[in-house]
Amino acid sequence: MEFLNLKSTVPLPEEDSTLLSPQIDCPKFVIPNVSNPVEFLAKYTAPGSKYALDIHHGTTTLAFKFKHGVIVAVDSRATGGNYIASQSVKKIIEINPYLLGTMAGGAADCSYWERELGRRCRLYELRNKERISVAAASKLLANMVYAYKGMGLSMGTMVTGWDKKGPGLFYVDSDGTRLTNHLFSVGSGATYAYGILDAGYRHDLSVEEAIDLGRRAIYHATHRDAYSGGVVNLYHVKENGWEVISQDDVTELYYKYTAEPRPPLV
Amino acid sequence: MSYDRALTVFSPDGHLFQVEYALEAVRKGTCAVGVRGKDVCVLGVEKKSVLKLQDPRTIRKIAMLDDHVCMAAAGLTADARVLIDKARVECQSHRLNVEDAVSIEYITRHIATIQQKYTQRGGVRPFGISTLIIGFDSDKVPKLYQTDPSGIYAAWKANAVGRSSKTVREFLEQNYKDDMSRDDSIKLTIKSLLEVVQTGAKNIEIAVMDINGIKFLESSEVEAVTAIIEAENAAEAEKKAKKGPSASS
Repeated sequence: MEFLNLKSTVPLPEEDSTLLSPQIDCPKFVIPNVSNPVEFLAKYTAPGSKYALDIHHGTTTLAFKFKHGVIVAVDSRATGGNYIASQSVKKIIEINPYLLGTMAGGAADCSYWERELGRRCRLYELRNKERISVAAASKLLANMVYAYKGMGLSMGTMVTGWDKKGPGLFYVDSDGTRLTNHLFSVGSGATYAYGILDAGYRHDLSVEEAIDLGRRAIYHATHRDAYSGGVVNLYHVKENGWEVISQDDVTELYYKYTAEPRPPLV
Repeated sequence: MSYDRALTVFSPDGHLFQVEYALEAVRKGTCAVGVRGKDVCVLGVEKKSVLKLQDPRTIRKIAMLDDHVCMAAAGLTADARVLIDKARVECQSHRLNVEDAVSIEYITRHIATIQQKYTQRGGVRPFGISTLIIGFDSDKVPKLYQTDPSGIYAAWKANAVGRSSKTVREFLEQNYKDDMSRDDSIKLTIKSLLEVVQTGAKNIEIAVMDINGIKFLESSEVEAVTAIIEAENAAEAEKKAKKGPSASS
């Protein structure tokens, strides 16, 4: 019988890591078949190199936890150098109905990896019959991109949602950093947003006050940062999932805010 | 043609004989019992008689997988050791990747999946053990699960594996009550083990897990409960003897 001569090409359970540890079944990209891919790629990915890809970087995104959940606000401008490539980029990525991710850095990197995160989160739900926690989701994303550390990924994202432990907010970037806090702002306009956020933030803000604070913070960042602009997209994460709140053009916000009396700060 | 040599060959009537022979090996192992109470789970194992020159402290049949999960196995003890270690590693990996402790169902599923993998590959044999896994999840409800060499797993209120497990399970079916207290759960575990462990308390090891953690009962405590059981049995026997002579209408 011929088939008896075939060698088993199926690896033992020990060798086949994907079988035993479904948690780490990542897609694997083809990376240079050299002993040190990071060193090899450094020529192309190091900043200032003439081969470096011109990734659209400028942005302002923010998110903060408060009594009634999480407010996530982002701008919508994409720039390549001094060129405004788009004023209508969606920088909030809907991972699933109760998890949101923000986009800062490379748009392709953010949207690809956050969609991949959505796939992994769904698998988790099916296997464990319960929603994945925000901590676990952010950890999955951080571990996924850590495998490509040094190879030129550019991603600074916030993963946020509401799980068993309440509202969750994590900052994850392509260096492998993963942090949690009640307030984050990411992007070239982050410093301007922090100024407004830190002055106006309180845990017991009402929903309207929190929405207004998030919107104002992005507006002020777009006013001063050349690389941020377009519209302010604002989402509110609640116990039963996220909700789209508003989309406001920043030039219209400028006229609106200058016409109103200034709100009290600090 | 004999269908029991190779693991990866079905027999014409749908049996995987190697897996069934593994279950036979389990039936030869020392008995282990698990009981789920209202807010405790209890594991009891039969300890083989200690040979004179052997150090009894080195034979631990109930293993901690994590702070909140515990397991006992019946069958090939060496296979149990390997599976326990894999489970311990997975408990920590899970904590690392998900920032949370494993749920009892998760770790049971993991162990069962490993056991199943070893039934579907050439060059390996199935693990010759059935396991009983107890613990508490974040929902604070006690859990008891059982796995076997085929990779099947299920949740149980009370179960037994190993030698005379059928007898013990029948005893448990007759005497189990929902929502038993800690003391009643321990008593039922010991009582069911005494059905098969002739030599008594010194060959029984009991572990009790509640929401705060695990406690291994001292042999004196086991003996105390055994004494109560024996006293109750004696009283029962006496009552029956008194009833016996007078014919019941």
